[in-house]
Amino acid sequence: MTDSKYFTTNKKGEIFELKAELNNEKKEKRKEAVKKVIAAMTVGKDVSSLFPDVVNCMQTDNLELKKLVYLYLMNYAKSQPDMAIMAVNSFVKDCEDPNPLIRALAVRTMGCIRVDKITEYLCEPLRKCLKDEDPYVRKTAAVCVAKLHDINAQMVEDQGFLDSLRDLIADSNPMVVANAVAALSEISESHPNSNLLDLNPQNINKLLTALNECTEWGQIFILDCLSNYNPKDEREAQSICERVTPRLSHANSAVVLSAVKVLMKFLELLPKESDYYNTLLKKLSPPLVTLLSGEPEVQYVALRNINLIVQKRPEILKQEIKVFFVKYNDPIYVKLEKLDIMIRLASQANIAQVLAELKEYATEVDVDFVRKAVRAIGRCAIKVEQSAERCVSTLLDLIQTKVNYVVQEAIVVIRDIFRKYPNKYESIIATLCENLDSLDEPDARAAMIWIVGEYAERIDNADELLESFLEGFHDESTQVQLTLLTAIVKLFLKKPSETQELVQQVLSLATQDSDNPDLRDRGYIYWRLLSTDPVTAKEVVLSEKPLISEETDLIEPTLLDELICHIGSLASVYHKPPNAFVEGSHGIHRKHLPIQHGSIDTGESPVSTGPAAPIEPAQSVIPSQGDLLGDLLNLDLGPPVNVPQVSSMQMGAVDLLGGGLDSLLGGDLGGGVGGSPAVGQNFIPSSVPNTFAPSPTPAALSSGLNDLFELSTGMAVTTGGYVAPKTVWLPAVKAKGLEISGTFSRRQGQMYMDMTFTNKALQHMTDFAIQFNKNSFGVIPTTPLPIHTPLMPSQSIDVSLPLNTIGPVMKMDPLNNLQVTSNVHRMVPWSVLGKSRRADLQRPISQSHTVSGKLQNDNIYTIAKRNVEGQDMLYQSLKLTNGIWILAELRIQPGNPNYTLSLKCRAPEVSQYVYQVYDSVLKN
Amino acid sequence: MIGGLFIYNHKGEVLISRVYRDDIGRHAVDAFRVNVIHARQQVRSPVTNIARTSFFHVKRSNIWLAAVTKQNVNAAMVFEFLYKMCDVMAAYFGKISEENIKNNFVLIYELLDEILDFGYPQNSETGALKTFITQQGIKGQTKEEQSQITSQVTGQIGWRREGIKYRRNELFLDVLESVNLLMSPQGQVLSAHVSGRVVMKSYLSGMPECKFGMNDKIVIDKAGKGGVTDDVAKSTTGKQSIAIDDCTFNQCVRLSKFDSERSISFIPPDGEYELMRYRTTKDIILPFRVIPLVREVGRTKLEVKVVIKSNFKPSLLAQKIEVRIPTPLNTSGVQVICMKGKAKYKASENAIVWKIKRMAGMKESQISAEIELLPTNDKKKWARPPISMNFEVPFAPSGLKVRYLKVFESKLNYSDHDVIKWVRYIGRSGIYETRC
Repeated sequence: MTDSKYFTTNKKGEIFELKAELNNEKKEKRKEAVKKVIAAMTVGKDVSSLFPDVVNCMQTDNLELKKLVYLYLMNYAKSQPDMAIMAVNSFVKDCEDPNPLIRALAVRTMGCIRVDKITEYLCEPLRKCLKDEDPYVRKTAAVCVAKLHDINAQMVEDQGFLDSLRDLIADSNPMVVANAVAALSEISESHPNSNLLDLNPQNINKLLTALNECTEWGQIFILDCLSNYNPKDEREAQSICERVTPRLSHANSAVVLSAVKVLMKFLELLPKESDYYNTLLKKLSPPLVTLLSGEPEVQYVALRNINLIVQKRPEILKQEIKVFFVKYNDPIYVKLEKLDIMIRLASQANIAQVLAELKEYATEVDVDFVRKAVRAIGRCAIKVEQSAERCVSTLLDLIQTKVNYVVQEAIVVIRDIFRKYPNKYESIIATLCENLDSLDEPDARAAMIWIVGEYAERIDNADELLESFLEGFHDESTQVQLTLLTAIVKLFLKKPSETQELVQQVLSLATQDSDNPDLRDRGYIYWRLLSTDPVTAKEVVLSEKPLISEETDLIEPTLLDELICHIGSLASVYHKPPNAFVEGSHGIHRKHLPIQHGSIDTGESPVSTGPAAPIEPAQSVIPSQGDLLGDLLNLDLGPPVNVPQVSSMQMGAVDLLGGGLDSLLGGDLGGGVGGSPAVGQNFIPSSVPNTFAPSPTPAALSSGLNDLFELSTGMAVTTGGYVAPKTVWLPAVKAKGLEISGTFSRRQGQMYMDMTFTNKALQHMTDFAIQFNKNSFGVIPTTPLPIHTPLMPSQSIDVSLPLNTIGPVMKMDPLNNLQVTSNVHRMVPWSVLGKSRRADLQRPISQSHTVSGKLQNDNIYTIAKRNVEGQDMLYQSLKLTNGIWILAELRIQPGNPNYTLSLKCRAPEVSQYVYQVYDSVLKN
Repeated sequence: MIGGLFIYNHKGEVLISRVYRDDIGRHAVDAFRVNVIHARQQVRSPVTNIARTSFFHVKRSNIWLAAVTKQNVNAAMVFEFLYKMCDVMAAYFGKISEENIKNNFVLIYELLDEILDFGYPQNSETGALKTFITQQGIKGQTKEEQSQITSQVTGQIGWRREGIKYRRNELFLDVLESVNLLMSPQGQVLSAHVSGRVVMKSYLSGMPECKFGMNDKIVIDKAGKGGVTDDVAKSTTGKQSIAIDDCTFNQCVRLSKFDSERSISFIPPDGEYELMRYRTTKDIILPFRVIPLVREVGRTKLEVKVVIKSNFKPSLLAQKIEVRIPTPLNTSGVQVICMKGKAKYKASENAIVWKIKRMAGMKESQISAEIELLPTNDKKKWARPPISMNFEVPFAPSGLKVRYLKVFESKLNYSDHDVIKWVRYIGRSGIYETRC
């Protein structure tokens, strides 16, 4: 007998017939009828009107029939809440059944009936089942708690089910443990701060024991839960890692990936030079490679994750590039991902092989794949200098194929190669120009125009070429229009005699006939520049361009770290944080990589507690150096980083440019083209003595800056800046009884080191002297140490040592490390700032103007401010005494004590300390 | 976790629909059909996000299995679960086809209720499931039987039930390898690896403890250093050991023991299952070498000559040899001459297929073909797909040898010697390609 016939009934009056059959006397007939109802339900027919008749069939010994009725109940109980009550009795009764399978079935189904009235009746049976003698019932009950929590969270808490669930973590049966862990993990996601799971070393040990014994799925639940734990020290991290590594040989790829996640997270805590750290790195590579011999879907998930791992720790797979070579029969999604990883792993050692592969791929059929392969060749050229020549000749070969999309893609990447290696491959320009007519994509057209403009002096007919683009100027995309405008201006500056007409034509097209404000503004800038001061125009437009970076498409570091915490999950497949695609998850706290406690270069105790945010210089959030200026000159600084903040930053800068443009241009044109903060430095007296520990500055000194940005000058003098409290630099135990604590401050523009010397030894101390070693900022004392009297035991003395920054500069690591030698003691390293390593601050900051005022006292100036999606964005600048400029984007959410700080700086090393300064200033 | 699971036929009609979570509405079933099954272009990803709902799908012949979720689930787990679901269904009713699914839809619902609870995968070992999901109801069970079932489903050894008895204790080991190769036209190995599986069929009584040994380099080297001189070590002296890049094991194998001692010990499931998978890349015996020669004679003619050489002991025979030589799309006619076997041009597949039934080791054979082309104005050159090969050889190209499989069952009175054991090696071609 087959069941397929149930799918075929399709006549009229069907429901009526079913009703009759459901009430038939014969058991067999009733069962048949229920099957028909389920089949109808599956194909989407509404059979809810049969509810009472189906529920009548519930009282039966036949388990199969019972399961079918339950299935029906789960589907329709919500639409018939009143009648669903009829089923309660049956559940309560079944929960007492001697057969554990029936008890479990009842408790499992109960939780799926989402009717408020019913849930109350279910508490008692559930409580019993949580303590059932049979593990099968207990493991089902554990999941039922999660179900109930989803319906009525408050009730679950009130009834104490969470405690019962926690007790199950110590259950003797591994599967019960695993399900309890899964349920608790899910529940705790909606209570981020409740510490429901209570992960302590003891519980972790229980989980690790269950890990060896439970099903493959249970292992996944446990590993995913373990990855949320923060071991207290490296020893604990190592011992957990040791017990997790055997899972890397599991046949189930999800177990492997979850184990990889735990290991990747805990690697952060292990000291890099230890043997174990390196062994662990070696152990990670083979299982990752093995994942690629699985089914294509799993391969895809694995590749998306490997892409993250390669960015985080390239050393793991650097030897394995061959396994990422594309196979002819791979599904397209696998091919594209492999290609991405190949480029990331490309290096001088393997470039020949990689190029040979890429050349093969460029002849395949799939358009996306071929394009990506061509782009990859260009990226190889930029990444590995030795291969550039070969890459260029490969690209030329590809252009000769005349396949339209290959040619266009090739021209785009050749533009980037020109940017990276200026004046090296211009001989190929002639070949490129041959293909001018076939270019129909904006990217390719823009690239070609850029090349023509950039090398206008070498192309005889550059004016003709550019003129040909001008004909359909208004039909072009904005990108092409902007590029064309710049290219013609460049051409004019290079060959002014023949092209005057052309440049006038394009300027009038851009300024008079266009509705696009970007284009218009750029047109006006050029126009004024050219008419006021052609020499400056030349300097600006033809200035030397910053080099483009080697690595492109990198995921922004903080996001990468977050994604590493989500290895194996959907977030890692999408390369997006969970709140980007999960509804109602805004309250969920973001995951962070653990941070190694205790720094080696200081003897201080670690300050950070809890899940601290990793301090990674987030340079890439804001466009790389000179980008604002670069945009104006239409330099393409590599493919755009696809992070939303980027565009917002650019937007902010454009606003600034629009507002201040007139006054700017009216003033000193030599200063620069825009309000770009990088250019603004000309207006600021270079002696603004702002340093890493900001302090009040006489208003006069910064007035230039203030005027420019219309900041109130009063603010800076009214209140004093923030002075970090004194911290112990040198503990007495380390220095035979001398304790030095201190801080840096600024008074009347003079930098001071305020110190307190305390004698904790039994003898008195004399002959103090101080010497500063070479440091990053050239800080030296201006006077000798003013301690002239002996320091008696348990006496302390406060000293203020004036400093200046004219000493020899030497880059230190870490940057703010200042080594000082006193004659009482040997060299003692200490750091200028505290060791607090937090970027997320816990201080409530409600209004952004208080923040900017506060920061301004400390010489951090707000240059622009805007509001995006309810968040205040402040753009700020500061300068260090050694001339390093830092631009900052501070994002503040009203009512949220945390804020996000992104920095841009030519010296990324300092960003870490700037984070600290913001932290301490804003917290104070 | 998994919010729902749907099974569709090739037309996109729903065959099975089971929703586990409240956040998945009825419209999700249609969303997948419209956006993926009925989508115009080829599927670009096995994971699709439609209106903040994520769909994971796998395809088995004409059948689509889709898991749906709105949460940040463990993606690898969802796919592993879908594969497992396919295995379980296949174990219950054979091939996964529309007909079989319709015929067994009640059973499938019952299974889905059991192996997925609130979207959390539960024990999905067919051995265990078959003890209580039978489609017969469970009337006649005694209390002992019931608790035995539950303890097995939740227990540490969920894959084997107690009380199995065989008159003859027997086991079969198959070492199945697929050898993969990508070779340049000049005969340079671009990449080569063997992915192998050890498949075991065990018919053993009781709860036997098994120990499996192979010529793993690490084990042999360790044994050699320790000065062990038992018969096993002697029989494997010399360079017989192989370097295994990585291996994964069935969940019955004690992983922590493998990690610490590199010994493979386990209590086997009953019947057929995959004990381990492994991968090697060093010292692979490539059973065949393909030497292609393609010459373009003018614009309308191609001359192709392909030589294959077998590279193994002359006493062994390779079987089911097939060489597939791709031809351009504008081929109008082909003349083939081959020394051995049969060759045919298959226009529908755009390839010349050359088949040889058997071939001994250290031999070579040749095919030459003339391909006539229609003149085209297509500017794009022919992509020249690689020449691929299929074959089957009676040895393991990785060099893997089974050293022993010991069976201990202390409670029943049969010893290791009473078990009849069979070992077989089969090497097959995986993706075995030579570029031309």
